[in-house]
Amino acid sequence: MPLAMTKSGDNVVLKDISWGHRLKKRLQDMGLTPGVEIKVVSGNNRGAVIVSLRGSKLVLGRGMAQKILVESIG
Amino acid sequence: MKKQLTVALAGNPNSGKTTLFNSLTGSKQYVGNWAGVTVEKKEGILNYKDFNINVIDLPGTYSLSPYSMEEIIARNFLIDEKPDVVINIVDASNIERNLYLSMQLLELDIPVVIALNMMDVAEKRGYLIDVFELSKKLGTEVVPIVASKNKGIDKLLDAVVNTKKSKSNNFIKYNNKIEKKIKEIENIIECNDSKYDLRWLAIKILEQDDIIIKEFKDIFKEEAAATISSYLDDESQTSIADGRYNYISNVLDDTIEKTKEQEKTLTDRIDDILTHRWLGLPIFALIMFSVFYFTFDLVGNKLLNIIDSFINNTLATSVNDMLITMGVSEWLNSLIVDGIIGGVGGILVFLPNIACLFLAISILEDSGYMARVAFIMDRSMRRIGLSGKAFIPMILGFGCNVPAVMGTRALDDENDRLVTILINPFMSCSARLTVYTLFAGIFFPNNEKFIVFSLYILGILIAVIAALIFKKTIFKGESSPFIIELPPYKVPSLKGIIIHVWDRLKGFLINAGTLIFGASIILWFVLGFNLNGPAPIYNSLGAQVGKVIAPIFKPLGFGDWRSALSLLSGIVAKEVVISNMAIIYGLEDASKALSVSLLENFSQISAYAFMVFVLLYTPCIATVGVIKKETNSWKWTIFSLVYQFVVAWIVAMIVYQIGKIIL
Ligand SMILES: Nc1nc2c(ncn2[C@@H]2O[C@H](COP(=O)(O)OP(=O)(O)OP(=O)(O)O)[C@@H](O)[C@H]2O)c(=O)[nH]1
Ligand SMILES: [Mg+2]
Repeated sequence: MPLAMTKSGDNVVLKDISWGHRLKKRLQDMGLTPGVEIKVVSGNNRGAVIVSLRGSKLVLGRGMAQKILVESIG
Repeated sequence: MKKQLTVALAGNPNSGKTTLFNSLTGSKQYVGNWAGVTVEKKEGILNYKDFNINVIDLPGTYSLSPYSMEEIIARNFLIDEKPDVVINIVDASNIERNLYLSMQLLELDIPVVIALNMMDVAEKRGYLIDVFELSKKLGTEVVPIVASKNKGIDKLLDAVVNTKKSKSNNFIKYNNKIEKKIKEIENIIECNDSKYDLRWLAIKILEQDDIIIKEFKDIFKEEAAATISSYLDDESQTSIADGRYNYISNVLDDTIEKTKEQEKTLTDRIDDILTHRWLGLPIFALIMFSVFYFTFDLVGNKLLNIIDSFINNTLATSVNDMLITMGVSEWLNSLIVDGIIGGVGGILVFLPNIACLFLAISILEDSGYMARVAFIMDRSMRRIGLSGKAFIPMILGFGCNVPAVMGTRALDDENDRLVTILINPFMSCSARLTVYTLFAGIFFPNNEKFIVFSLYILGILIAVIAALIFKKTIFKGESSPFIIELPPYKVPSLKGIIIHVWDRLKGFLINAGTLIFGASIILWFVLGFNLNGPAPIYNSLGAQVGKVIAPIFKPLGFGDWRSALSLLSGIVAKEVVISNMAIIYGLEDASKALSVSLLENFSQISAYAFMVFVLLYTPCIATVGVIKKETNSWKWTIFSLVYQFVVAWIVAMIVYQIGKIIL
């Protein structure tokens, strides 16, 4: 499911980023590589999403969050 | 003879590079707790032992594959200009992500010293870092420091001057598939002698690095270029990023121990409220209102009155008396008292308000709240086709549009950047505040803050409408995807805030001492003479010029030559609008206070229309200059001058005409 659909407090792992290589690269460089664990700090609010991963806290714009595919790990 | 050394500071955004740069070189560059503060490279000199070190502060970057403009600046400096040593600032409290850039720097052909910064924060979080082991594993010197408290600086410098001129040979091994491809590419490009290291180049190609690939498309023979293209795929790119993070995880497993298992940090708890789904926006509005309340009511205006009475009563009168007893001729007396004290003094009275405004803005910046604003505003900003990140330069614009326009470099999308630049001058800067403070105080006593706040809101509103129109017409497109880091909250450092406020006040004072001083003297002459020699003010050159343009402003309610002339010269700097009025009315009748003259010449409505016009019209020359520099286009620069004038005219006209009917 896309990251944009997760709820606050969810723990997910990253599956794929369905975007061109340039943006994909940017996200990978910032730590969003396949399999990384992501904690959703603030989600499901029709706006940007706040996540925490690899010890840093990031805001991902709505459009971005729709293209990031994740899988829940409860 | 001292040895010369060029040392670049590289690291992730917000890792403390500029803080370190300031403490190394004694500079006072601008520091703030959000990513993207530094957008230009800055140089400074440091003498250490027998070395003369040229230190270069670079914009922050997450990777050597740059994404936005300020990152390209950092990348190009490191790769093309090859400093002798790179100090890689690593935020110890965010070490995993920060080491990613280090991995890339270690692959470069330059000696790297890692400055492990923010050790105080890491300690508080209970991180135990085995620096010795870390250094061994990374194959490069690692020095723990606390840049903001000047800790560990000498050790760092020792490490820098003692680095051997060789690169680390502990480079990462990627997985077999990638290593095989690296070898193959190395073989293909071997014959093309280039300034780059072969392995590095091969990795960059596999990472699909746009800059490198473009550069080499021209050099490669067609055949080789085609072969290289066949290596470009997302899988290799992903494997490389993955390989680096895996390597980092392995290194950190052995070198860092997290002794406290904190579920929620203080930052998380504050964020629960400040970035709350419903509360976030109202809290932000409240914070902005408090900023203006603080600037105008609470502190600013109280101090303003004190300075005002000092300059206009005590100083002007005593200088006047002194000049009379000295027997100075009347015209020189008038030049000094009416021109210089009237003009420059008319501006200096606003010093407290401006200091308060910058104090408030720098607290917002240094606390870490700025990045949150990008999140809070994203939903609204997306409606106008921009991302939340574009709101940061808009807030900076309340201080001064010049750094704000430069700050747009942190935006990823070129179209978004242009739109953000074009609407930025509608964000009312502190210079325009002088006009509102004066006019609102005279025409709307006791309601100043609402009047001023309404102008700020109007500015934002017009900016929003303009952005909307731009995004629907010239710069079509969705809001670009954005990503921004939320740094931990910090208690703003007193030193940082003092530097920031003082820096801005200094700019304001220098402006007053040069531009406004010069403009005051010129104006004094222009008002005392015309082409035939000395003339009464109503017949002076200034009045003549004013009378030519005044009719343009008639439908706006202030069609007299004094306003027209002041607005015209206000393009030099917006404060000049006020200093000019002070001089003109002072020359006309020195016995009358400025407020009395203004009350005779403006009604409440025309005063408000005048403020609206000043808010929106053509920006000052400094802003025009930076717009030219940042858009790199005369077309857009001239466009911004003209469209703002037109917008200002239309809006002020509507305000005046409607106001006239209602009241
Ligand atoms: N606690 C603590 N804070 C620090 C330290 N070094 C820097 N800071 C703070 O970290 C924040 C970022 O510092 P800057 O020097 O602006 O960071 P930068 O790397 O230049 O950031 P960009 O220019 O945006 O890339 C500021 O709020 C500093 O006061 C440190 O060692 N300890
Ligand atoms: Mg900086």
